[in-house]
Amino acid sequence: MKRANLALLIVLACVAALPLVGGAYALRLGTMACMYAILALSWNVVGGLAGYPSFATAAFFGFGAYVTGVLLNAGVPLTPSILAAFIGSFVLAGLLGAVLLRLRGHYFAIASLSLVGVLRELANNATDLTGGGMGLNIPLASGSSIMADALFFFYGMWGLLLATALMVIIVSASKLGFGLVCIRQNETAANMIGLNATLYKSIAFGLSACFVAAAGGLYAAWVHYIDPSDVFDILYSVKPIVMTLMGGLGSPLGAACGAFLYLVLEEVVWRNYIQIHSGVLGVLIVALLLLLPHGLVSLRFRNFWRKAKHV
Amino acid sequence: MSEILRLDRVSRRFSGLQALREVTLGINKGEVLGLIGPNGAGKTTLVNTVCGVTPANSGTITFGGQDITRIKTFQAARLGLSRTFQIVQPFAEFTALDNVAAAALFSQPGENLKSAREEARAHLAFVGLEAQASQSAATLTLAMRKRLELAKALAMKPKLLFLDEVNAGLNSAEVERATKLIHQLAADGITIVMIEHLMKVVLNVCTRIVVLHNGQMIADGEPRDVIKNPAVVDAYLGQQYAQRNATNG
Amino acid sequence: MLAAQIIINALVLGCLYACIAIGFSLVWGVLNVINLIHGSIIVLGAYLAWGAYQSMAISPWYVLPVAVPVFFVFGYLLQRLLLNRVLHAPVLVTLTLTFGLDLILNNAMIYFFKADYRKLTLKPPMGSVSLFHVVVPVDRLIATVLALALTGLLYLLLRHSRIGRAIVAVRLDRDAAILMGVDVRSIYAIAFGIGAALAGCAGVLMALIFPISALTSSSYLDKAFVVCVLGGLGSVSGALAGGLLLALVEGIGSAAIGPAYATTLSFALLIVFLLFRPQGLLGRKGFE
Repeated sequence: MKRANLALLIVLACVAALPLVGGAYALRLGTMACMYAILALSWNVVGGLAGYPSFATAAFFGFGAYVTGVLLNAGVPLTPSILAAFIGSFVLAGLLGAVLLRLRGHYFAIASLSLVGVLRELANNATDLTGGGMGLNIPLASGSSIMADALFFFYGMWGLLLATALMVIIVSASKLGFGLVCIRQNETAANMIGLNATLYKSIAFGLSACFVAAAGGLYAAWVHYIDPSDVFDILYSVKPIVMTLMGGLGSPLGAACGAFLYLVLEEVVWRNYIQIHSGVLGVLIVALLLLLPHGLVSLRFRNFWRKAKHV
Repeated sequence: MSEILRLDRVSRRFSGLQALREVTLGINKGEVLGLIGPNGAGKTTLVNTVCGVTPANSGTITFGGQDITRIKTFQAARLGLSRTFQIVQPFAEFTALDNVAAAALFSQPGENLKSAREEARAHLAFVGLEAQASQSAATLTLAMRKRLELAKALAMKPKLLFLDEVNAGLNSAEVERATKLIHQLAADGITIVMIEHLMKVVLNVCTRIVVLHNGQMIADGEPRDVIKNPAVVDAYLGQQYAQRNATNG
Repeated sequence: MLAAQIIINALVLGCLYACIAIGFSLVWGVLNVINLIHGSIIVLGAYLAWGAYQSMAISPWYVLPVAVPVFFVFGYLLQRLLLNRVLHAPVLVTLTLTFGLDLILNNAMIYFFKADYRKLTLKPPMGSVSLFHVVVPVDRLIATVLALALTGLLYLLLRHSRIGRAIVAVRLDRDAAILMGVDVRSIYAIAFGIGAALAGCAGVLMALIFPISALTSSSYLDKAFVVCVLGGLGSVSGALAGGLLLALVEGIGSAAIGPAYATTLSFALLIVFLLFRPQGLLGRKGFE
């Protein structure tokens, strides 16, 4: 296994120890951090490996949240509900992918972005099923203490993160991963050597969706109330990209670390500058893209100064 | 001689431009076919159409008895149709080795990355690039990239190989080297179709020449005869060349 | 509602949509940048008009000549100082960068102006005109005429001025334009400046018709997207065609299946066009 992937697993193991050092607040942060990491790692499969700049993450996050929410309301237990979101989104993304991934560059980015809007509107309009714009209340997990609740969701999200990380590691080492990297470099040439690019891209899109949807489902159960503009929020598409760019494109370790770092920054800003927190996020994004185009990973190398000068 | 590829009244149009007009052509196993003609005659289009990049608008294409008219590019590759590009298209981030390994990996069933890389070494050695195996493809010279293209095409274990202007941009020493490789491939029994502008190479290597002009075949036969064909001289070779070759006999 | 009313409403709205989209289309077509800050610039223009009316009783049409240079400079500097650096970066980077810029501008507006919806109501109100049972509010009509005028001005600029010809040249073939001696970086900044000026002016006009709040910036942006994809990039006629088509589809769709689905319909139309005719009604294939 590559060193970076091993490091990733070690980092995750450390994160698992969080409950030993922190209380409910730390667990809440930890749960969000794990969720962000799931989004970033998943995005990396289609955006980093395959090179398709997808802005659809929020669409699948919301999809998962609503599928799980609706099923929970219908009395289905948590695990099957999330599983349904997982499988449903993989199939949905696979089908949509076969169609959307025919587009390249800007057009693909916009199409994936509009997917978020389409699903949001559908959720808004399907009032009978989803509660529409008024939102969906989700039944509490059988009344346990606040701490037990926090622990449950933390480890739930952490477990999902572990699964996502394993998926990413396996994919990068597999024929699928190798093929996606070929597609990223030169899709025409990839087709010419016998690679079924459409199939590979669809699978990548599906993989980038299913863990995100599961995370959305767990999120919905955790917060007990969702509405369309809350879960189909474009920020859920953009933040993973920023996190991955922060950590270094294409690197799973970078994506996860970028997610954790981002979460810390976000929380600091939120607590201290709540009124301008989105503005600060904007400044962060601009600074990151202009000054560190290769992500924090590039800080490891001596040519940091060379890169800074080049910009 | 058995026929390996057959085009039957194949036409292809690009909104306004008729690139191929009812081309009918049979290629036999083991042939080294030179496909010549002026720029825009439809030579690359023909290759693209056979390989599924720009599907034919009408007509049928059969390969080894199988109808491949509606085939997708990656399927053509897996069936044994391989090609090089006029403008080389390597995987720029990969090493030369991985470029060739990729070709072996995806075109052959039952390969894994390890076995593909081993095979790749052999193909790199064949084209004389074994020293560059760990070098990034982006750093290779044009001549090396062309040989890399060839190695990739070979890693696909082709039954029919299309060479699209492998010699463009090469100096005479590099051309000689490439020609030797092609001779070797022909000797190994691979059917080859070469799009080529260098008549010297064509006459040297090809067993048969087909001439395309404005999407139509205007000549088809033995090299010596074709270059004397007045229609071919008119459309492509030019009087000077014809006269020079007439005196050479 | 009368069919004629629906059509007239659509025509009016279509021109307004075209005005919203034209600056966006120019920037996308010429710089190949999808300017996610566009919606917020429109809102800023609307606030400018509102502020001028509230504090100095200056009507929006008089604000227009001021808006043009102010927003042009804003856009010019934004491009020259920031966007220029990432022009040749992948789609991902430019989209995320303009998203970040939008977050800053949007947050700033919410901070200073608060998110409450404002309305610019002219005193005395201008009423409506009616012709054969078709009613059009006068302020909307004036806004439409001015929107068309702006669009027409851009058309003339692109056709008949040196700068305009240079912009078109860069859009058609950047490398050839460089060889012809066009200072491409300067053109990029100018084109972006013009795009921003058009957005600001569109905002001034929209202040008359739609409620003003930083929260509406994303819906302006969405409209601009859809219009560009439907009509085709980088051309005035494309923006008009796209705007009219969108307004017609929304109007007829609203009447047929209810206004709640209007947004869904426009998104669906967007996706259909992206899949089957990405160059739009009047555009040329190519801008990836």
